[in-house]
This record gives sequence, structure tokens and C-alpha cells, in this order.
Amino acid sequence: MTDRALAVVRAGALTTVQDAGRPGHAHLGVPRSGALDRPAADLVNRLVGNPPGAAVLETTLDGCSLRPRSPVTVAVAGAPCRVTVDGRPAAWGAPVRVPAGALLDVGPAVSGVRAYVGLAGGVAVEPVLGSRSTDLLSGLGPPPLTDGTVLPLGRPTGGHARVDVVPQPAPPAELVLRVTLGPRDGWFTPGAVRTFVSRAFSVSSASNRIGLRTEGPALDRARPGELPSEGMVLGAVQVPPDGRPVVFLADHPTTGGYPVIAVVRAADLPAAAQAVPGTPLRFVAVRRRWAARPHLAGRRAPSPAGVHNPRDRYT
Amino acid sequence: MNVLPVGEDALLVEVSSDDEAQALHAELLRRRAEGSLTAREIVPAARTVLLDGLDAPARLAAELTAAHLPPAPPRAGEVVEIPVRYDGPDLADVAGHWGVPELEVARIHGATEFRVAFCGFAPGFGYLTGLPSRYDVPRRATPRTAVPAGSVALAGPYTGVYPRSSPGGWQLIGTTDVVLWDDARVPAALLSPGTRVRFVPEAGS
Repeated sequence: MTDRALAVVRAGALTTVQDAGRPGHAHLGVPRSGALDRPAADLVNRLVGNPPGAAVLETTLDGCSLRPRSPVTVAVAGAPCRVTVDGRPAAWGAPVRVPAGALLDVGPAVSGVRAYVGLAGGVAVEPVLGSRSTDLLSGLGPPPLTDGTVLPLGRPTGGHARVDVVPQPAPPAELVLRVTLGPRDGWFTPGAVRTFVSRAFSVSSASNRIGLRTEGPALDRARPGELPSEGMVLGAVQVPPDGRPVVFLADHPTTGGYPVIAVVRAADLPAAAQAVPGTPLRFVAVRRRWAARPHLAGRRAPSPAGVHNPRDRYT
Repeated sequence: MNVLPVGEDALLVEVSSDDEAQALHAELLRRRAEGSLTAREIVPAARTVLLDGLDAPARLAAELTAAHLPPAPPRAGEVVEIPVRYDGPDLADVAGHWGVPELEVARIHGATEFRVAFCGFAPGFGYLTGLPSRYDVPRRATPRTAVPAGSVALAGPYTGVYPRSSPGGWQLIGTTDVVLWDDARVPAALLSPGTRVRFVPEAGS
């Protein structure tokens, strides 16, 4: 084996390889997958001089420990955490040179959920349908890391970090997810739709890469039964029979039969990926930036006073 | 056609039958191939086609609402043959639902030309249509925790083949050794929407 590799000493609760995922295959039943907090994954790649979309490691809550076999530049960002090299404190959110054989420890998240570890050259496991991402729903891509896993690394391309230290959003104390209602809001009572966009929810500990599950009021249906299976998008808020909304994240199923009451703005999903269980959660209805039927647009997605963002208007 | 906006850059187009969904899917693929439609995903399903990653959803929504759908093109492409041993544990139940002897299930199923209406559930899992509606069967009251890979199964109007072992509630009528999904194969999926399929009873089953 080449020395461009690293050994996983402590895999942590759930550490997976992630890149930009495999969009474009939903018609075959293949989820898009990919890093849940894309801006954080993009940042660690920039910090180590990788092109965007190089494969990084995504940890969950308690980090991981790695021992590279050759010197490698790494960067850790996303959930804030303590970073050490052979026990000595190292920078978080900045490039760090790790000598061959040294132990890089990514500590438990101080806040947030998922830390990202960028490695110069990227993780070079064999791609499946053009992506190295682990997909926990379908099982495509490499399995989650276990202690002792050895991961191949690619050759560094750029060599120089394209940013130095950059500000990052703090994980949310309260998660506010902007939604556009539909396509199946009509399957719920008007009261349930009001409840959905006005009441307090919280992030459930049953959340994972497939979906952000919620605790809070159950949403009553105006009609029983299931829809014939239909295509699902990233950010879809699906409501299963227990009435508790689930926000679809990267490993979501490509089709489903439970009604989708609304869709979360893509820009709000990275924050959803960093919301720890118990985080207060609100869904806020915003206008679609465009209107399929202009005369209905305002009525379908009323914008509660005080949260309307002028940028949400279609221009 | 009923066009429902989905988030900021997707549309769900509803039609009234499986045949219309097939025709719409074919028409949208044709438009994408000729360059008049930009969409990252075109996902057919039972009564809908989802278009995701659109660059001009408002314009397309208006256009599709007013559009008349051309009829589905004639079935084309090779027929994928899937050898089956009709030995599933639910064969007797299915024969009961159909009101025929067990041997007749294999004969009827094996004499039908199917089409992949859509995929989902797992990579490589196709929802195949082709049986007359009198042969619709319910899902099992209690799903199995593990259905073996290669199981040929029925539920509602659909036939499907489990690409890998997974929980499942469909009625199992047979088994195949065909590999539905192989990461290393190009294409990885044996079945994709529109594929014609015939199940071939293996000798002795």
C-alpha cells in the first residue's frame, strides 16, 4: 500500500467519507447523499488546497482520531471542537501540518453535531457513480469508518491553501427553517398548517443523515391514506402517520408516499445539520421567489409579520 | 396536467394514469436530450413526474400547464429477461387472491411483458407494471424483517425484485439469481424507468 494513507485509530460514533454526493441518479432510486454541512466541507477543502468536492471526513458528535502514514495538511471545521496533534493543541478552522505517524485527534463537538476533516489530496476511496460519499440509506459508497480502517489519500493538487482563517456561522441555538408550503399542504387541516408554521418544535434525537426528526405538536391530516409514491426533494418536510414532521437531508429516499407539507430552503439545511437534539426549532413560511400561478402565490405561503425577507421576493 | 411547485427549483407534475406518467416522462427526457429543458433530476413515479434542479421553473410550470401531452412513444429497446424460480413463500396466498392454481401464477406472470414504471426504495429496485388490474394484491399484513436478495415480489399493481436483502412487505412469489445492482457494472442498474422486462420461468419451477 502507498504511504499516501491514514489509519483510523478512533472512528467515533459515526464518521463517514463525504463529497458532493451523487445527484442525477434519483430516477434509479439512488439518493443524492454528500456532506450535510456543505459550506463546512467546502471550507476544509479550501483550507488544505483541495478542489471543491474532494472527499472529506464527516464526524458525528464525538470526533475521531487519525494517524497519517506520510506528512499531510489537514483542516477541521464545522462543529467547533478541540484539535490536537500528538496531544498538543492545534488550530481549528485553519490548516494544520500533521507529521507522518503523528496522532491527529478531533475532539467531541463543543457545540453543533458534525465536524469536517479535510485532508490534502482528499480521501481516495473508489468512487461509486462518480461519488465517494457514504450513503446510509442505500449502502452505496464506503461503509462508515471503524477503528483500524486504512483510507487511501490522493495526491495534493494545489498545495497552497486558498484561505487562511475564516469566520464560520456558529451552530444554531435556535433552528429557524424557512419553508415554502406545498406540494401537499392541502392534505392537512388549515389548523395543522398554521400549527406547522407558528408553533415551537425541537430537534429529535432520532435525527440522522436521512432526516431531521422533530418533536412537538402532531399535524392533523385533512384526508387519510397515502399518496401513490412520488419523487422527493432535498429539504422536503414529510409528515408520516404519527404527524411529526421529518426534514429530508442528503440520504433521503428518492420516492415516498407520505405527504410533503413544505420544502425547506436549501440555504437553511447546513444549520439543520448542526442542530443538536433538543434544539428549539421553528418553521417559518416564506414566499416562493417565483409564482407558478401568481394570483395564488401570496395566499399559499403567507409570510408572518416580522420574518419576511425582501430578498425572498421574486424579482 | 396539474403542476405543483416544490421548493424553489422543482416541479411535481401530476397526471391521471400510469400511461400518462410514462408519456410525460418520455416527453421530458426528449426535451432534455434536445437541450430545451435543463433539469438535474427527472423522477417518474406512479402518477407524477418530479423535475428537480430546474433553471427556469416558473416558465416551465406555465408551459406544462398549457401543454398537450403527446401519446407515449411505442415501446422500444431490448427486453430484459429475468429467469425466475416460482418458489416464493407467498405463492399460495397470491394464487388465492388471483383465484387460480399455484402453477397458473407462474404461467400468467411469465407470459406478461412488464415495463419499469419507476424506481425507488433502493438502488436498482424497479416498480414494474404490466399485469391486468384484476391481479392486484395487497401487501402482507405483517412485513418481513428480512426479504432475501433476488426475491420476486408483488404488491398492488406492481412486480419488483429485491436488489439486496432488506425488510419488506411485498408478497414473495419467486427467486432470481440475476444481479439487479452492481456498483462495478456500467450501467450499475439492470432496470431503469421504461425498461421492458419479461420473467422467464426456470425449468422445474
